[in-house]
Amino acid sequence: MSIQDIFESMDYGPAPEAAGEALAWLVDRGDTFGHFINGSWTAPGKGFESRNPATGETLAMLSQASADDVDAAVSAARKAQRKWTRLSGHERARYLYAIARLVQKYSRLFAVLETLDNGKPIRESRDIDIPLVARHFYYHAGMAQLMEAELPDAEPLGVCGQIIPWNFPLLMLSWKIAPAIAMGNTVVLKPAEYTSLTALLFAEICQEAGLPKGVVNVVTGDGAVGEMIVNHPDIDKIAFTGSTSVGRKIREATAGSGKALTLELGGKSPYIVFDDADIDSAIEGLVDAIWFNQGQVCCAGSRLLVQEGIADRFYAKLKTRMDGLRIGDPLDKCIDIGAIVDPIQLETITRLVDEHGGEGEVYHANSALPETGCFYRPTLITGLHTSAWLMQEEIFGPVLVGTTFRTPKEAVELANNTRYGLAATVWTENINLALDIAPKLAAGVVWVNATNLFDAAAGFGGVRESGFGREGGWEGLTAYTRPKTKTKTLAPISPFAEGKDLAPSDGLDRTAKLFIGGKQARPDGGYMQAIWTRQGGLLGHVGIANRKDVRNAVEAAHKASGWGKTTGHLRAQILYYIAENLSARAKEFADRIDAMTGKRSGNKEVEASISRLFTYAAWADKYDGQVHGVPIRGVALAMHEPVGVIGALCADETPLLGLISAMAPAMAMGNTSVLVASQPFPLASTDFYQVLETSDVPDGVVSILTGDHVELSKTLSDHLDVDAVWSFSSTDLSADIEKRSAGNLKRTWVNNGQARDWFSTDGEGREFLRQATDVKNVWIPYGE
Amino acid sequence: MNSETQPGSANLNTQADVAHEGTTQLPQVQEPRNPGTALDLDWVSSVQINTSAIERRAKTLPGRRSVKKEYQAAWLLKAISLIDLTTLSGDDTKGRVRRLCAKARQPLSAEIVKRLGVEPITTGAVCVYHEMIETAVKALKGSGIPVAAVSTGFPAGLSPFHLRVAEIEESVKAGAAEIDIVISRRHVLTGNWQALYDEMRTFRQACGNAHVKAILATGELGTLRNVVRASLVCMMAGADFIKTSTGKESVNATLPVSLVMIRAIRDYFDRTGFRVGYKPAGGISKAKDAVTYLTLIKDELGTRWLQPDLFRFGASSLLGDIERQLEHFATGRYSAAHRHAIG
Repeated sequence: MSIQDIFESMDYGPAPEAAGEALAWLVDRGDTFGHFINGSWTAPGKGFESRNPATGETLAMLSQASADDVDAAVSAARKAQRKWTRLSGHERARYLYAIARLVQKYSRLFAVLETLDNGKPIRESRDIDIPLVARHFYYHAGMAQLMEAELPDAEPLGVCGQIIPWNFPLLMLSWKIAPAIAMGNTVVLKPAEYTSLTALLFAEICQEAGLPKGVVNVVTGDGAVGEMIVNHPDIDKIAFTGSTSVGRKIREATAGSGKALTLELGGKSPYIVFDDADIDSAIEGLVDAIWFNQGQVCCAGSRLLVQEGIADRFYAKLKTRMDGLRIGDPLDKCIDIGAIVDPIQLETITRLVDEHGGEGEVYHANSALPETGCFYRPTLITGLHTSAWLMQEEIFGPVLVGTTFRTPKEAVELANNTRYGLAATVWTENINLALDIAPKLAAGVVWVNATNLFDAAAGFGGVRESGFGREGGWEGLTAYTRPKTKTKTLAPISPFAEGKDLAPSDGLDRTAKLFIGGKQARPDGGYMQAIWTRQGGLLGHVGIANRKDVRNAVEAAHKASGWGKTTGHLRAQILYYIAENLSARAKEFADRIDAMTGKRSGNKEVEASISRLFTYAAWADKYDGQVHGVPIRGVALAMHEPVGVIGALCADETPLLGLISAMAPAMAMGNTSVLVASQPFPLASTDFYQVLETSDVPDGVVSILTGDHVELSKTLSDHLDVDAVWSFSSTDLSADIEKRSAGNLKRTWVNNGQARDWFSTDGEGREFLRQATDVKNVWIPYGE
Repeated sequence: MNSETQPGSANLNTQADVAHEGTTQLPQVQEPRNPGTALDLDWVSSVQINTSAIERRAKTLPGRRSVKKEYQAAWLLKAISLIDLTTLSGDDTKGRVRRLCAKARQPLSAEIVKRLGVEPITTGAVCVYHEMIETAVKALKGSGIPVAAVSTGFPAGLSPFHLRVAEIEESVKAGAAEIDIVISRRHVLTGNWQALYDEMRTFRQACGNAHVKAILATGELGTLRNVVRASLVCMMAGADFIKTSTGKESVNATLPVSLVMIRAIRDYFDRTGFRVGYKPAGGISKAKDAVTYLTLIKDELGTRWLQPDLFRFGASSLLGDIERQLEHFATGRYSAAHRHAIG
């Protein structure tokens, strides 16, 4: 076209970013790569091609790691970790700072390479991904610097196996590596097989930064390599970002291994537009929500919920905006939508829309498509109901599905009508509405009048089947540290043997029921179990709870969910009141404990229990969230929210203190709980019903079951409406609980057969509070 | 001659048509003039603007759009054709204005035009104070370039109302084809939309066939919401263009302000079917900024708005930077200011 023609048409023309430097970088390395292990490169082995999805061209040959490669990487990491953790925080900070600087120095090369490999628009890799990577290393350089002073009780986990996805290759690498090495861990990282190139360039800058050998190791390959990492016996922690189905497999595979685990999985995040929103801005927000990175974003606002009265106008404006999106060469600086990462993904998106789009009205943007390469038009499907397949399942492409709502309450119901809980977006100009809705949404991140804002200072991660754990912020450090404690093995504790005298020792029959929903309930199965003293005297009977009792207790716990919305002050008062009422009966409880355990520690245990109740009464209104200093005009509120319904297998060895040590933090943080009493010594718990009944505890906030830990833990861990399971049982249930928890990816906190000193500070405090809360980051940009 | 073709516009057309060169030389527009509507206070009060989101859009736009090489050259040429080449100084003289008009006729050296292989272009208009209209009209005779006059007690708009109206009438009589009026900011700041509407209506009527640009002085309106409300009220009252600033405020045209104003124009078009023009003024002095503005208009309003009947830059030094960029494109050498005729 001549200049005169363009003058008339005012078309956009091509504006390509040069790929020469990045391609030269590949050529200089022979277009083939080995693994980065112990600070050097292995000889390239058998492997696979890495292709540019926009053109189909092969960019490089990568090696598929063997079991030996993974072993070598893990052992290099293990060896390096001993020295790395002994460096001062400042010394580690210097390395992270060097990496941050080098990421900035090579930012253009990183950006172009990322776009070539992944297909995302150069604008995104240049303006979003790579700057966030540098930011992540800067931020965590600071965390390394501050670790000794600010986290004196934390120590690194050891060797971390990290498996990252293809949608933000280098960004996810930084989210994994920066906090891990800042806290003194070493890593074996596997990038996604579609997109390994920037991880390999990153390995080079680790060399340039002089990072000690073995601190960062990169092995390439497909899911089989991921499996080797997950199953490797000498890895202490697995961090995974990817699909919910793979996350579930990893949960099962690591069950009982003692490996720490964080999962950042899929989503179907709601994007809620109220009728008082700035509609044009909300529509522009959707461009950043679902047409960012071709919609291949775990937290993409993929489920549009728009208030009914504005829906028609909103959809019409949205379609106009969609038509203006430019699809094409990802290296072009004037395109909005790049290439889908691989033909397989393109095929999946196409099939899902073709098969299920008919349940609503499908609108494809009227944008020109390149003739070749993996491209898919921005798509809007409206008129879908919650039952529609596409409203429930993640598409992971540039496809937005939508429906309408009438009231704020209905918006919340629709938003939460999903198995996922990663992110949510709320558009309204009413601050009261926004701040009312945000805490009610099942999500780890909520953006108010914005979307897809990320920063190293704010935690990111989900609830429900979107996984657990946070990345970023102070809260993210718990994923790479553990409290410094000395542990020893917890021996199973058996009840005392059946005695001969079948009459109760004090002549009065005592048969405790279960405590469900504030009422004493007969066990569904109708069976009882006798409890004997060491000397064989009959102390009484307790019910044997079964799966239906668990079901009833969980239902009662959900009915009591209003507990989470009460004030900390109120919860504190109730916890103090429980302590007061327990104190009034201290001697009775002490005697009971002594009678059951055959020891003389009852008095001490009751006093410790009263103190523990005070501890959590104290914490109830003090475990504050944070306001993160994110780089916008606005705030990110890191709010502590209750996890929900917690099932806990209480400690066997300290029958009252164990129960209270689980119950009190759960209550203090607003959770409701189903507690399974000490199996050998349950009577202190059953006596405790009366204390709860007289202490203004609302029905269902605490339910207590007695019976077999193995059986009851199965039902609790399988239960799809239980949000977390804790086990302090002397029966090691860890493997089974973790495995079963994969069903709904509930959080688990298990003892791995290790003892805890319930009388010491190990038996209370921040670790319990963290386990009893989720951190929700609510981003609120402001300004008029 | 532009005729008002829409029903409902007749009541505005009370001024006798004044034949003068300026209006006959307006860029030939196909658009019917915006006749205005009744004041719709429900609409005005329903305006919602999220400032952070607006700023984000404005901030990321330059990274989302890029025009290069011959496209950049064509877009810069377009930008020149959209400039209201302006002099609004107390020391303006006839000689100064004639020089400016000569520059408007030939904003780009013949050599560059030849190298680019395009038809000669002119700027969109010349913009002056009332006293300079006659000089400008004469100097531009036969060029097709309209003369725009700032009016109504520009820049503060605080002179007696009847004098402000009379000033418009005098300027139209003197040959101005376009009148850039300033609104009473106090009406916006006190929420007196009826007063703003009535004022704008009266100004529009006084303009007759001359097109009227409503200068909102956005830097003095306090909030983006006020900018949008004022934009809507002025369009309802029959503004042909809405314009950001006088160039005399401490903050003049910005991308966020432009974004909310053109979205108001888009909504007005969606509801009424009339296209209102947009003129950012003040502070746009770089070729790159001009291209960013054009991408904003293209993406938010559509390509139709990239014509002089619907878009103008109010600028004095922008042209110089564009000339240098175009010479660089034409010759491959970075240019120097002294190689281009001053305006």
